[in-house]
Amino acid sequence: MAKKVLMKGNEAIGEAAIHAGCQCFFGYPITPQTEVAAYMSRRMPQVGRVFLQAESEVAAINMVYGASGAGVRVMTSSSSPGISLKSEGISYIAGAELPCVIINIVRGGPGLGGIQPAQSDYFQATKGGGHGDYRMVVYAPSSVQELVDLVQEAFDVADQYRNPVMVMGDGMLGQMMEPVEFKERQTTRNLPEKTWAANGLRGRQNHNVINSLFLKPEELEAHNRKLQAKYAEIEKNEVKYELYNFDGEVDLAIVSYGTLARICKNAIKMLEKEGIKVGLIRPITLWPYPKKAFDEVMDKVKVGFISIEMSEGQMVEDVKLSVNGRKPVFFYGRSGGMVPTPAEIAKKIKEIVGGAK
Amino acid sequence: MSRIRVFTGHFGSGKTEIAINYALKLNEEGKKVAIADLDIVNPYFCTRDQTEYLEEKGIKVIATPKEFSNAELGTVPLNTLTVFNDKSYEVVLDVGGDDQGAVALGQYNKYFREEDYDMYFVINTTRPLTSDANSIIKYIDEIQRASRLKVKYLVNNTNLSYETTVDMIKEGYEIVKEVSEKINIPIAFTAVREDLALQVKEEIGENIFPIKIFMLPPWRRELE
Repeated sequence: MAKKVLMKGNEAIGEAAIHAGCQCFFGYPITPQTEVAAYMSRRMPQVGRVFLQAESEVAAINMVYGASGAGVRVMTSSSSPGISLKSEGISYIAGAELPCVIINIVRGGPGLGGIQPAQSDYFQATKGGGHGDYRMVVYAPSSVQELVDLVQEAFDVADQYRNPVMVMGDGMLGQMMEPVEFKERQTTRNLPEKTWAANGLRGRQNHNVINSLFLKPEELEAHNRKLQAKYAEIEKNEVKYELYNFDGEVDLAIVSYGTLARICKNAIKMLEKEGIKVGLIRPITLWPYPKKAFDEVMDKVKVGFISIEMSEGQMVEDVKLSVNGRKPVFFYGRSGGMVPTPAEIAKKIKEIVGGAK
Repeated sequence: MSRIRVFTGHFGSGKTEIAINYALKLNEEGKKVAIADLDIVNPYFCTRDQTEYLEEKGIKVIATPKEFSNAELGTVPLNTLTVFNDKSYEVVLDVGGDDQGAVALGQYNKYFREEDYDMYFVINTTRPLTSDANSIIKYIDEIQRASRLKVKYLVNNTNLSYETTVDMIKEGYEIVKEVSEKINIPIAFTAVREDLALQVKEEIGENIFPIKIFMLPPWRRELE
């Protein structure tokens, strides 16, 4: 077992990427994720790899396109407004089927918004921030340890499917410090060789071409169909979620992700003392969305589901699609950097459950 | 002992917790205390977030006003000079981590030359970049250069947050002792979470400073 160390979420992202064999990091500072770039600027040269502070987020994501096209593991990192800037590049990367890892340490929006934690980039991350029929795996860790594990997993998943993978945490996850262990890990995945990389002929007859432009509509449609088949495969294989407190029936089921899910667990403990039983579905992949978690618990849920978010109501749409009319769906959210307290969540749940009883 | 205490250290070493607790200790001793938040590095988990609590106790908090604290600009508070000019205060300065954070002190050099100060260097050996004596010494050099000040005392603040053990603190103490012997700077105290203080005192026997933890995420705040 490796020795545990105390790390800030943002530093841990950097170290996890280094452990996963990330060869290049391209970034641009923005609160609350700047420590990722600061950490990488110190560590990447130490291990003989590339750190580059780009002149903008747009430049950084296009450097990612280039490095990934050349077949190396690459990561970039930003926070909400910066991800908006990167979104064009992400669409190109998805179109060109290039693997890479993108970190979003979310702050309040829209616009410049604020620097405090938020979850209001859910739509952007899961429904395509950029243009076109593309999908991107989105992980939502809730602790620094899970963040480390998922950043490493993200590199494998990206390589396996030749697709961008996002790891999304709110500002709190980036800024807080927790004990963390960097486990010796061996991937169980069968990762394909990057025979498509534009890294010289290497005995091949023709140059590999990295491209997302298709002049013939027939070819572009065929390309889209191929992408869709890949996304269907990802949906089949890569769904991750945690079920908490679902032994037996529950009055209500919370659906919540990231650090907020930890606050919800406290609320659940508070409610338990008052005789109200609440379960928690914690999506770990936001796309593919864990629809099957809902099927699993549906018969145990008495009153319905409540999506609790640090947004004005984004994931709740996927909750409704997953519940599909079988039970009522409620919503509670704070935004702008306001973080709900356990007591506040407990109060809202009592209102719903009390009203139903 | 000087009137002005400066807390510096590696990024994430726990300076803020120590600075707040130190200010509270001086306050309990009946002294007139001011704490200044000079952290230009961290956007979250700062002394300024505890302003209400500290002011209730009668401690003067010098920090960027609340309406600007999220402005994404690393600023030192306008009224920091109070601590140098009004000598009736016992002063605690909470400085941001690393040399980047310590830069904030440089501009007050004139005042530090006029009046003596105690600069503390806070060390947590579970932090990966300060886990051995040599890397700690390198950080001390960098911070002294950036702040244009000299470290007078070391503080052992070895902890792994909620997974801290007594053995871990002892191990950290040995490393801090090695630093102390190598560069001839004494250890002021070992900071320990209140509930572990007695146990650590039995093991280490030297100066123990029990601290209450303030920088907690919301899911730990209401349980403690």
